[in-house]
Amino acid sequence: MEPVLELRRVGYAYHTLAGETEALRDISFSVQPGEFVSLVGPSGCGKSTLLSLICGLLRPERGEILIQGAQVGYMLQKDHLLEWRSVYRNAVLGLEMARQLTPEAEARVRRMLETYGLSGFADARPSELSGGRRQRAALIRTLALEPDLLLLDEPFSALDYQTRLEVGDDIGTILRKEGKTALLVTHDLAEAISLGSRVLVLSKRPAQVKAVVPVSFSAEEGGRRLSPLERRNAPEFSGYFQRIWKEVREDG
Amino acid sequence: MGKISEAQQAFLRRAARHRRLVRLGRWWIFLLFLALWEGTARLGWLNDFIFSSPSRLAVSFGSMARDGSIFLHTGITLGETLVSFGLVTALSLLLALLFWRCRLAAEILEPYLVMLNSLPKSALAPVLIVWLGGNVRTIIVAAVSLAVFGSTLTLLTGFREVDEDKIKLIRSLGGGSRDIMAKVMIPHSIPLLVSTMKVNIGLCLVGVIIGEFLAARAGLGYLIIYGSQVFKMDYVILSIVILCACSAGLYRLIGLLEKRVS
Ligand SMILES: Nc1ncnc2c1ncn2[C@@H]1O[C@H](COP(=O)(O)OP(=O)(O)OP(=O)(O)O)[C@@H](O)[C@H]1O
Ligand SMILES: [Mg+2]
Repeated sequence: MEPVLELRRVGYAYHTLAGETEALRDISFSVQPGEFVSLVGPSGCGKSTLLSLICGLLRPERGEILIQGAQVGYMLQKDHLLEWRSVYRNAVLGLEMARQLTPEAEARVRRMLETYGLSGFADARPSELSGGRRQRAALIRTLALEPDLLLLDEPFSALDYQTRLEVGDDIGTILRKEGKTALLVTHDLAEAISLGSRVLVLSKRPAQVKAVVPVSFSAEEGGRRLSPLERRNAPEFSGYFQRIWKEVREDG
Repeated sequence: MGKISEAQQAFLRRAARHRRLVRLGRWWIFLLFLALWEGTARLGWLNDFIFSSPSRLAVSFGSMARDGSIFLHTGITLGETLVSFGLVTALSLLLALLFWRCRLAAEILEPYLVMLNSLPKSALAPVLIVWLGGNVRTIIVAAVSLAVFGSTLTLLTGFREVDEDKIKLIRSLGGGSRDIMAKVMIPHSIPLLVSTMKVNIGLCLVGVIIGEFLAARAGLGYLIIYGSQVFKMDYVILSIVILCACSAGLYRLIGLLEKRVS
C-alpha cells in the first residue's frame, strides 16, 4: 500500500540573531493509511516542529516530505478557541475559511458536537467550557474539514489525569472507529501505547528517530479492537512500557 | 432568582444611595457654578462684558436660535468633526493593516510616523491654508492630520500583540493573510479600536476648531474668533459652552458603541 505520509531525511533548524537551534536531523519514517502512530520524545526535542513541517507551516531545510494527496488536519498543542466566537462558530472556522460551509457540512458539525457531548454548548462562549470540552471542541474544528491525515500535538496534556483518561479513551475510540490516519505527539508513554499501533521514539534535540516500536496485542488478533482502556489492562502493556521507557531514558 | 437575603438588600440600598449621591453632587456643582457666575455678575464683582453671564448667554442663545445661526454653526462643526473622525478611523485601520502585512515598509517608515505624530499640528495649519485654500478641505485635513498618525501607531502595536499561535491556528486550518486579519486581528483589536476612537473623536474636534480659527466662514471655531474680534464675548463663551456639550455628547456616542460591541 502507498504510504499517506513519507519523510525522507528531513532536517530543520531555527535561525535567530542569537544563533541557530537545530531541531530535527535526518528524520525518516512513513505512515500507512489507517495507522495510528504515537510520537514520544523528551520535552523540547522538536516534536511540535516536526508536526508544523508536515502540516506545511514550516518548510524543511533538508530532505523532503511526501504526502499522498491527503488533506492534513493539525490540532495544535493548545486549543486556541477564539473567545469572540461561540463554540459552534469556532468549530466551523476552518469550513468557513475554505468556503465549504454548506448545509451538509453544518449538519455534520452539529452531529459531531452531539457525539462529543457538546450539543448543549453550541452557543456557549469557549470560556464557559471545561478543559476537556474545550479540547473536544478543538478536535471537532480540526475534524470538520474531514482530513485524511490527522496531526495531534499533545491534545490531552492540558487536562487533569482523570479527564485525560476519559477524553483520551473517547477520542481514541472515535478516531479509530472512523479509520483516521493519525500522528499523535505525547509525552505520556502509557497514552502512546494505549492509542498507537506503532510508537516512534525521538532522541533529545536535535531529534532523530531513536526507535520504532510496533505495538500489537494478542487479544486484537481476531480483528477485534481493544479500547485504549482495555489495552492498558492487557498483559503485554507493561512490557511495551518498560521497553519504551528504557529507550527514552537512555538518552540523558 | 431566589429570595434576596437581608445583608444583600442592605448592600443594594447602600449602592443605590451612593449612586444618588454622585448624581446629586454633580447637579449641585453645576447649579452652584451657575448661581455664583450669575450672582457675581449681577453684583458687579465680575465684569459681565468680558466674562458674560448665564442670563446673557441665554439671551444670545435665544436670539441666535431664532435666526437659526447657532444651529448652523454647531451643525457645521459637528459635521466636520464626524467626517474627519470617519476618515481617521478608516485611514488608520487601513494603514495599520498595511504596515502589519508589510513589515519591511513598517520598519522603514516607523521613525517618520513617530516624528509626524509628535509634530505640533497647529504649526501645519497656516501651511495647509496656503496649499489648500481657506475652505472645509483644509479644516478636515488639519483634523485628520492631528489624529491619524498616533492612531495608526496604536493600532499597529495592538496588531503586533496578537498571539502568534492564533495566527498559526488560522494557517493550520488553511487560511491566508486575509483570514488572519478578518478572523483574528480585527476581532482581537476591537476593544483597542474603540478606545482609540474615544481619543480620536476628541482630537478631531480640536483639529476642526484649530482649522476653523484660521480657515472658516462658519462653525463654532469661526464664531469664537469672530466674537473675540468684534468684542462680543457672549458669542465666544456661548460657543465654548456648546463645544463642551458637543464633546461630551460625542464621547457618549462612542461609549454607547463600546457597550454594543462588548
Ligand atoms: N520560533 C522559534 N525560534 C527559535 N527556536 C525555536 C522556535 N520554536 C521552537 N524553538 C526551539 O526548537 C526546539 C524544539 O521546539 P519544539 O516546540 O518543536 O519542541 P517540542 O518537542 O514540541 O517541545 P514540548 O515538549 O515542550 O512541546 C526547542 O528547543 C525550542 O526552544
Ligand atoms: Mg511541543
